[in-house]
Amino acid sequence: MTRYVMIADLRRCVGCQTCTAACKETNGTPPGVQWRRVLDLEAGTYPEVSRVFVPTGCQHCDEPPCRDVCPSTATAKRTDGIVTIDYDICIGCGYCAMSCPYEARYKVDHASFAYGDTPTAAERARFDPAKIGVVTKCTFCVDRIDAGVKAGKRPGTDPEASPACVNSCLSGALRFGDLDDGDSEVSRLIAGNQWFRMHEDEGTGPGFYYLWDKGAL
Amino acid sequence: MKQMATAKRQGFWDLRAAGNFIGGGTGTGLVLVSTAMAAAGIEARLPLAAGLCCVMLGLSLVWLEIGKPWRALNVFFHPQTSWMTREGIVAAPLTAAGAGYILLGHWMLLPAVAGLAAGFLYCQARILKASRGIPAWKQPEIVALIIATGLAEGSGAALVFGTSATILAGVALAAGLGRELAWARYRRGLARDQAPQGTMDCLASPPARALRTAQLAALALLALAVAGYAPAGVAGGVLAALSGWGIKALLVTRAAFTRGPRITHTPVRGRGLSRPVEVG
Repeated sequence: MTRYVMIADLRRCVGCQTCTAACKETNGTPPGVQWRRVLDLEAGTYPEVSRVFVPTGCQHCDEPPCRDVCPSTATAKRTDGIVTIDYDICIGCGYCAMSCPYEARYKVDHASFAYGDTPTAAERARFDPAKIGVVTKCTFCVDRIDAGVKAGKRPGTDPEASPACVNSCLSGALRFGDLDDGDSEVSRLIAGNQWFRMHEDEGTGPGFYYLWDKGAL
Repeated sequence: MKQMATAKRQGFWDLRAAGNFIGGGTGTGLVLVSTAMAAAGIEARLPLAAGLCCVMLGLSLVWLEIGKPWRALNVFFHPQTSWMTREGIVAAPLTAAGAGYILLGHWMLLPAVAGLAAGFLYCQARILKASRGIPAWKQPEIVALIIATGLAEGSGAALVFGTSATILAGVALAAGLGRELAWARYRRGLARDQAPQGTMDCLASPPARALRTAQLAALALLALAVAGYAPAGVAGGVLAALSGWGIKALLVTRAAFTRGPRITHTPVRGRGLSRPVEVG
């Protein structure tokens, strides 16, 4: 079996948002829509304060609540763990967004562009009317993965088969791969580091691991 | 150490979505009271028709909210797990059975109408409970609250139609007291489970307090009606319904905060130490 997951090494992330930019460039998301976000969180009170950069987005859960509530079956989970949305079926009710504990979903009802009503050349080239009026989210760049695997590439190792955010990460904080493959980098990182998953108490089984220190759990 | 709060108000569902819960609650409450009246031999076709209209109006508002209204029939695709699909599936036979009773007056349709109305109301409550991104909705006590609120609104609205006022005022009073109990349990649950501060602030805000006062005033008026002062019944019923609408509008549009992203540990950098992060 295959279970694609993403790792964000919080020790390495510098909050540069290159992953966010790469995602927007690759997926042509409109202003205000960030499938890959980097949160700038603060914890503690002066003088003991920590600032943490936290990449986030769809967690591609083992038990995605968005899939269960979706009335149209537009949201589905593949056997490799990637949660997808069929834009041709979605009715844009937004119920999936209400059920997502990770604020990972977006809906835009009208086309909008970075500089007013006129799209730039890049926006025009990447504009997809199928994404208007429906809910969208991170796909783990599923089309890149599928094309890469078909070409004999290895997701997480070969850039052609890896998500754009992972390819662009300048500090190596974002990693991607198959958790069921014991030799994959993500398997080794998860085995050799301490990590958490967000809102673990929800029982959704997120496919997004946050590393915070060395040493196995 | 505690993490800075990151919860934010949801922006997907607005008053149109709230309208579905308002129309569905009042409508099914009205239908349930009407079927009970009809079973007791009291003419109740008018309030029954009004209840069905409320349900349909609420669903129409949802239709106006969805991004792809011409794909609305896709809502029926997922009865296995989606309470929204189940709500839609129940709506059609509810309308048919209700319309059948209004046209034919056959008593055998009454149990079907009542059962379907109860099912519709239950689906609405479960729609909110399944919204796991919104702590104010996924709170388990929301189910009893939505059902009790629907019954209180519907029985209150039934008083407007003027038949059997004393008995109906008693029903509305009982439903209103049930709503009070459900509200108290819901608020306790939110506090126990540490709902986002924005939610708690909203439910303690002046508009919420005014609506709660209206609900209590409705109870007092209904008690007066039960005691024999009939004119207070209609006012109490209307107040019970309107205050319920207001609370639902607040719950859906203003009190619906997310949990916000959370970390459990700060990362170790350089020679620093990691610190556990508590729920703030």
